[in-house]
Amino acid sequence: MTGYERVLKTRQPDRPVASDFIAGMFTDFTEFHGDRRVGDDPAILAGIAFLDGKPVTVIGIEKGHDTADKIKRNFGSAHPEGYRKALRQMKLAEKFHRPVVCLVDTAGAYCGISAEERGQALAIAENLAEMMTLRTPVISVIIGEGGSGGAIGLAVADRVWMLENAYYSVVSPEGCASILWKDTAKAAEAAESLKLTAGDLFDMGIVERVFPEPESLAEQQAREPLFAALRDALDAELNRLSRLPVQTLLADRYERFRKVGRPSR
Amino acid sequence: MNFKNMFRQAGNQLEGEDAARAQGAEAASKPLVCPSCGKKSDKKELIAALSVCPYCGYNFRISARRRIAMLTDPDTFSELYGDMRSQNILGFPDYDEKLEASREKSRENEGVICGVAEIGGYPCCLFVMESRFMMGSMGTVVGEKITRLFEYATGQGLPVIGVTVSGGARMQEGMYSLSQMAKVSGAVKYHSDAGNLYVVLLTDPTTGGVSASFAMLGDVILAEPGALIGFAGPRVIEQTIRKSLPKGFQSAEFLLSCGYIDEIVPRRRQKDYLTLLLRAHRKGEGYDRI
Repeated sequence: MTGYERVLKTRQPDRPVASDFIAGMFTDFTEFHGDRRVGDDPAILAGIAFLDGKPVTVIGIEKGHDTADKIKRNFGSAHPEGYRKALRQMKLAEKFHRPVVCLVDTAGAYCGISAEERGQALAIAENLAEMMTLRTPVISVIIGEGGSGGAIGLAVADRVWMLENAYYSVVSPEGCASILWKDTAKAAEAAESLKLTAGDLFDMGIVERVFPEPESLAEQQAREPLFAALRDALDAELNRLSRLPVQTLLADRYERFRKVGRPSR
Repeated sequence: MNFKNMFRQAGNQLEGEDAARAQGAEAASKPLVCPSCGKKSDKKELIAALSVCPYCGYNFRISARRRIAMLTDPDTFSELYGDMRSQNILGFPDYDEKLEASREKSRENEGVICGVAEIGGYPCCLFVMESRFMMGSMGTVVGEKITRLFEYATGQGLPVIGVTVSGGARMQEGMYSLSQMAKVSGAVKYHSDAGNLYVVLLTDPTTGGVSASFAMLGDVILAEPGALIGFAGPRVIEQTIRKSLPKGFQSAEFLLSCGYIDEIVPRRRQKDYLTLLLRAHRKGEGYDRI
């Protein structure tokens, strides 16, 4: 499958969204609302849940299921209050020594008047800085679309994993083609050049792990093995990360990003 | 992340300075048209007025070197990491040519200049982005240079002064570019947690992955009058909402009214303003000395 074919696949309506992953991987998910500043962003699901009986903080970018739900969730494009809600939950995770699991699935952070007025750039910037020094383990999984700043705003983590057909990119292939070649029809070429597939990003050292997908994830039956694989991997990795002294955890996290772009590479 | 109209704007606005340099004295007598009010100014007089339009106050884009000369004490700037050059790590189409053209156009190796300097007698670390190098876009070298500067400043206990101008993360380096947002933000956070001052001056334009990372993380955030500052570029927003934007949306003045920046500082006051901030944040020189 080409890069662009995978991009299109992640946008299919029959693909599971964050709430499906949460239901499939965790037990007793309990959602918490609001950023305590301006409102509650339905594009971000945040709360606590249990993984193998242990509490974790779960944050997902939620695209929604039916049309009404999708509209309510702004098709998974979060506003600043969504990123601030996520940060608030991460701070609680730090306080109560819970690890954080982020599920990323967004075409990008919302680009609109309200988002600019409420400080989209600042909200993402603060997440980047605060997540870098959050004193508890963080694992981010790109489950579908990993669109630019809106994705990395929830992916400053100790481990970043991807599903086989997910993509993670500095810019959407369509946006890239439009800006560079003034032709959105060249999105497929842009997708190849951007090296946005899980396989490419694993080779580039941007992600640590790629989870194979079945042919289709439309049926619940096909999803179960993937959810189980993710659940087992998360449990094992969080057990490992939780045993590290916090100084080591944070130093490793800094180095994980610090090494990207060192001239020695 | 949208750079298209910015590249176009940049071309127009920089024309004057570039043309003047290329043609030397010949261009000095040539009038320069303000992109904002359309009035003509004498080239020489405009440069003497810090490239601010005498009629409408529009701030022409200026080179990073000229900015450094405006802000720092004479002969105090010492450049760091100046020989780092980008490579086409992803083999991205046309990127080698773009890099070469940008080096020629800007006469710089990359889109940011870093170093140590004194401002009003106070030592600091300084980074200034260069709009003529691919619109100040952030690839791995830009990210690496700014990260190194913050790490150096943290080690030395020095404040950092930054001047941003950028269309965002550089598409041609893909996820390596996007990762720089986290990398630089992390370095800023450690510099901050160690009790050091970071002042950032946002200039036209500051958007995308740069605004959504270190541009918004200053202890004090200043902006130049009229600068375009935002997460998304205006064209992207207009495409998203299918409406045209209100006048002045995403301007420095708009950001000030929304509460995202501390002050708008005109060019002629910038050095004094920074000097005051550095004086106010000297370590162990205030009540903390007692």
